[in-house]
Formats: sequence, structure tokens, C-alpha cells
Amino acid sequence: MSAILFDRVRLIDPAAGLDRPGRLLVRDGRIAGIDQPAEGAPEGALVIDGQGAVLCPGLVDMRVALGEPGHEYRETIAEAAEAANAGGVTTVASLPNGVPAIDDPALVRLLRTRGEETGRISILPYGAITRGCLGLEMAELGLLREAGAVAFTDGTRAIADARLMRLVLSYARAFGAMVVQHPEDPSLARGGVATEGELATRLGLPGIPAAAEAILVARDVRLAQLTGGALHVAHVSTAETVAVIARAKADGIRVSCDTAPPYFDLNETAIGDFRTYAKLSPPLRPEADRVAIAAALADGTIDAVASDHAPCDPDDKRLPFAQAMAGGVGLSTLLGVTLAQVQDGRIGLARAVALLSTEPARLLGSAAGTLATGASADLCLFDPERAWKVVAGQLPGHAQNTPFDGRALEGRVIGTWKAGRRVFG
Amino acid sequence: MAEARSRGGFFSGVDTSRHLLGLQGMHPTRIEPFLDLAESYVLLNRSRKTQRDLLRGRTLINLFFEDSTRTRTSFELAGKRLGADVINMSVSTSSVNKGETLLDTAATLNAMRTDLLVVRHAQSGAPALLAQKVEASVINAGDGTHEHPTQALLDALTIRRNCGRLAGLTVAICGDVAHSRVARSNIHLLTAMGSQVRVVGPPTLMPAEIERLGVEVFHDMDKGVAGADVVMMLRLQRERMSGGLVPSAREYFRFFGLDTVRLAKAKPGALVMHPGPMNRGVEIDSQVADHPKQSVIQEQVEMGVAVRMAVLDRLSRAQMDAQRA
Repeated sequence: MSAILFDRVRLIDPAAGLDRPGRLLVRDGRIAGIDQPAEGAPEGALVIDGQGAVLCPGLVDMRVALGEPGHEYRETIAEAAEAANAGGVTTVASLPNGVPAIDDPALVRLLRTRGEETGRISILPYGAITRGCLGLEMAELGLLREAGAVAFTDGTRAIADARLMRLVLSYARAFGAMVVQHPEDPSLARGGVATEGELATRLGLPGIPAAAEAILVARDVRLAQLTGGALHVAHVSTAETVAVIARAKADGIRVSCDTAPPYFDLNETAIGDFRTYAKLSPPLRPEADRVAIAAALADGTIDAVASDHAPCDPDDKRLPFAQAMAGGVGLSTLLGVTLAQVQDGRIGLARAVALLSTEPARLLGSAAGTLATGASADLCLFDPERAWKVVAGQLPGHAQNTPFDGRALEGRVIGTWKAGRRVFG
Repeated sequence: MAEARSRGGFFSGVDTSRHLLGLQGMHPTRIEPFLDLAESYVLLNRSRKTQRDLLRGRTLINLFFEDSTRTRTSFELAGKRLGADVINMSVSTSSVNKGETLLDTAATLNAMRTDLLVVRHAQSGAPALLAQKVEASVINAGDGTHEHPTQALLDALTIRRNCGRLAGLTVAICGDVAHSRVARSNIHLLTAMGSQVRVVGPPTLMPAEIERLGVEVFHDMDKGVAGADVVMMLRLQRERMSGGLVPSAREYFRFFGLDTVRLAKAKPGALVMHPGPMNRGVEIDSQVADHPKQSVIQEQVEMGVAVRMAVLDRLSRAQMDAQRA
């Protein structure tokens, strides 16, 4: 029987409406209670003096590309787990775009097991919507769900065909899982590598109209309405998309969405000298869109913040811009960049924790993201004021392709616990 | 946050005085010396008394990942007239075809102690990527749809010699602006020098927000060329037709081709320019292309050599100054 007492911490648990100084006891890997005992410590308990730091549920990152299976050279699961823990993340939802694609129940079970084996993170696999994530034939959604798929998506690829999207939204309903869409009309986006506009014109890069996002989302929202299915729009990045989703929510349609830190912290000028580390999908947007995304975090239109972690090998990025792979790592910077919104006064600390933990856990139907007694002691202890700087080449984990290279941040993880075991700090 | 977002000025990682990667943002005080020096090389070239020792012992490599006999030959001639050792590397003979990356190529060129590297590449930003990794001065000889700075310099020299100035002139750049690096470099240079620049073409061949580069956009060719001092035609690639951007060559020529009737709407004696190679009957009528007085297309080629000599001259001097310091 092992016990840890977190003393002198600021407890934040948005699910319980909790945000106050206190102490939290962990026994045998589970949360044993808040402010119990009120004084002193149980015999043999390890006491951690938080000195006023924030203790919150371990972060739940609902959009992570793992290098396994198929791209182990980019990042292994063990390496991703290290990066995750350094960022306070204890649960990740993994995209199905591996080689092979996660379109078979055995692969879902394998990923869950591989997560447990790390002892550091839980992996909640998304099941592929279509076989091979090719957008053609529906995968065995029921069997995938039974094996432990938390929801369905073709990951980095959008379901382009309207009829297929309709059927999937309908069918997934029977298994109580949402459908997660990469919001970009593929025919409008074809060949494009940057947001269409002045900057792409100046750089001579093929553009993707920003409207390619809202156009697909507007269609999908109508399909969700038609079918009664649950739609989740991943990494929203434009003002127009936010407006479409806000309207759909007001109309009572089952739609939710997340965004990723680059879309509220960076704008397209980050690619200004053909910096491939800032090549993302969807591409970075003009400043007006960034402002709208930040506002939507505050007003509740956006439900969650996910890292959109996409490890790349240096050789994937050391290429002319259009040929370089899209994507940036984000696990270890997820909290810090989100906290910049708190420092700027746009959202409160409790809202930040909700976006990073409570809300994604709720959307995924996961038991994580809470400090409730009896819950697994997945915890993140962070100092919201500790300053640090993102430096590509010095990030935890393996892949270093951060779009935030050189970004000064306030707010750093002090320690991370997975099921009561210290995995970082 | 402002700091993070304002990172990434253009070519912020690259010393722009050592290279010529593009003309965007280049001040007239940096453009004019190229033109003035090129002017003197025109005279030297015509007198066949070119300076043969300026680049003696220097190595110039023409690294062409895209075919271009015209531009490559022009750089080759410019280098040789200044006494450089000129080597042509084209994609078909280099190891790039064997899976070697652009940066492997850069390492190889460093090991060979290349002084001047002229790069043509189908990808926007490829010369900028190379410039970060090579010790040589990099000269962009056309990258994707980004820039083609020496073309714009030679166009400017041609205009200046014929019209006596650049400021206050109306220049109509016509055709496939969206896919044209020539158009972009010309827009940057001419707007910097005080010309009024128009871009003319169908909306499907106009890049987004091009007006924010300081140009006026026309979709009606007759209006676009009306009163212009210079009509600069761009090449229309065949694949634009198959790509559905333009329905057919004959429709394109009907609405956006330059023939004598349309040219008559420009200022009397207006210059006709084309960066070549031309598609006769698609964007330009032969009568116009070969017009003895108004077409300066052959003169552009002559100016090309002089301008490239000026560029090689200035960059290698900057390099020598840097080495001395």
C-alpha cells in the first residue's frame, strides 16, 4: 500500500467545479480524497509540497499521430509517451493513419496494450472510418468499437464523399461513437500547401482557400442533422468554421470541435521564409482567423484543445516547402502554449484545464480527466508562471519538428503521475 | 506572443547581400546599381572587349533542376565573359535522380568550393533552402512560381534603355500571372521603381490577393493594355488547358492573346516584351512578336547576359569584401 499526499497545491477539477487551495491524497494508484486528512500525513505517505502549484487531472490529448505502426523512425510509442508526460499528458487518442491503418479490431487492441505497456500513457485509439483510410469502403465500425476504438476518423484525411459521410454518421450512431472529421474539402485543397492569399501569392506557393474548411464543415453539420449522428470537427482553424459550428450548436445539432495550439498562437507569417516546421495541415491562417479561434476558446464554441502532434523525421522536413511533410510535434508544448491564452487574459486557468482534460475526456467517453475519489491518479502538477523557451532539438521525446521553435512560454509542468506513479519530473 | 508571430521575415535566416534570391522588398537603391552596371556591360559586350579577369579562378555552377537552355546559356556566357570557370549541372546528369536530396547536393557543392551557384528549381523556395546550407553565393534563376529576379532585372534594363526611365510608366503584365515567377519579380521591381503595374488575365490565372502587391487587376485585355507604355506577355503552359483553368488555346487567344488590333490600344509605339519561349498563336501573334519597331524580345535576350554579368560581378565583389573583413 503506497500513498502520496499532494500538499499546498491549487486543485483544479473543472468537472467538479473545483478551483481552490487544498491537498489531495493518492492511494494505490487511485485518488483517495481531497483534504483528507485535513492535517498531517498518513503514515508512510510520500508528501509532495506543491508550494502553490496547480494540481489538475492529467491532460487528455485527443489528437495525436503515433509513429507506430509503420513510422517508428519518426517516433516510437515509448518516445511519444516521454514527450506526453513532459507536457503533463497521460492519455492520448491516436489517429488511425499508421501503416497498416487502424482498420482492424486486432490493431485497436494492440495499441491499447502498447499504451499500457509504457506505464506512462493510456492510448485511446481512433478506429478508421474506411478500410486503409482510403475513403472508399466502410471499415468494421462495430467490431472496432467493441475492441476499444473511442471514435471513428480517417485521421489526416477527410471523408470527401457526402453519401459515405452520411452513412458513417448514421451507422456509428448505433455504436454510440462520434465521427471525427479532418475539415478540408479535398478537391479544393488539392495540391495546396498554404492558405490562399497574399502571403502564398508572394511566396509562389499553391494555395488552399480558407473556405475549403467551412465548406466541408457546413456540409457535415447538415449531414449530422439529417442522421442524428455525432460529428466532431478536428483542428478548426478559421473564423468562418467557428461561425458555422456556433450556429449548428445553437440549432441543437450534435456537433463538437477542437483546435490545436498553432491555430490560436501562430499565424501564417510563421512560414514566411519557407519554414517547413510551420507547414501544417490545415495550413496556418491569417491573423484574423487566429483571433477568431482564440475567441472561440473563450466563448465555448471550441470544446477542446488537442496537440495535433505529428512527428516528422528531419528528412521529411528538409525539403522545398511544397514537398515537405505537413505537421508539427505538440505534446510537450500543449499546456504551455494554451496557458499563453490565460496569461493574455482571454480564458481562466480552470477553462484551460477543462479544454485540455475534462472536455476531451468527456467527448471521448473516457473516465480520465477528473480528480474524483476513486479515479485513476493521472495527475499533472504545473507552475503556471515558470518561464521557459521552446527550442527545437531540445524537446523531450524524439521528433523535434515544432512550429514553436524559439517561443518563450510561461507555465511548465513540474511533475506528471500515471496511475499514481511518477512518470515525469 | 508578438515575438513568436513576427518571426520569419523573408529569408530571415539568410544573408541577403551575399545572395540574390528574390526582389521582394528590395529598395531602389539596391536595384539601380545592378542596372547601371549592366548598362556598362552592354557596351563592353557590343565592343567585344569584356573584362576577362574579374572572376578568374572563381567557380560558377549552373545547377538546373528544370530545363532551360535560354537562362542557362545566358548565365554561362555571363560567367565566361567575366573569366569564371563555369560548370553546368543539369538534373539528368546529376545524382539528384538517384534520390540524393537537395541538401546532399549542397554539401557536395561546398566540398567542391563553389563560389557562385545559379539555381533553377521547380519548387518555390528551393534556392532559399540551398542558400542556408551552401557557402557559395546563390543566385535564383527561377524557383517554382516564386521569383526569377534576373529576368525582372533584364526586363527593367530593356525598358529603361527604350523609354529612358521606369518611374511613371504603365506596364501591363498579361497572361498566366498565377503560375509566373517572372510576373512576381517584375511586380516587385517595377512597383519599387515607381511604375504603374497592371496585371491582365482571366480570374482563374490570377493569384489570390495579387492587388495587395500594389498592382491593378484587369480581366478585360483591351482595357488592361489601353494606354500602356509596355505590354509584357507571359507564357501560357499547355497544362493549364488540361487543368481546366482555361478551356482551350483558341479561346485564350481570342480574349487574352496579343495581336496587332489589341496592341493598337496601347500607347503608340508601346514596347512588346516576352520572357520566352513564346507560344505563337496562343498568347502572342507572330506579327506582334516579330514587330520590327515595337517588339524588344530579342533585345531582352541581349540584356539578359549583361544583367547576369552585373549580378555575378556585384555578388562576387560582396563575397570578396566579406572574406577580407
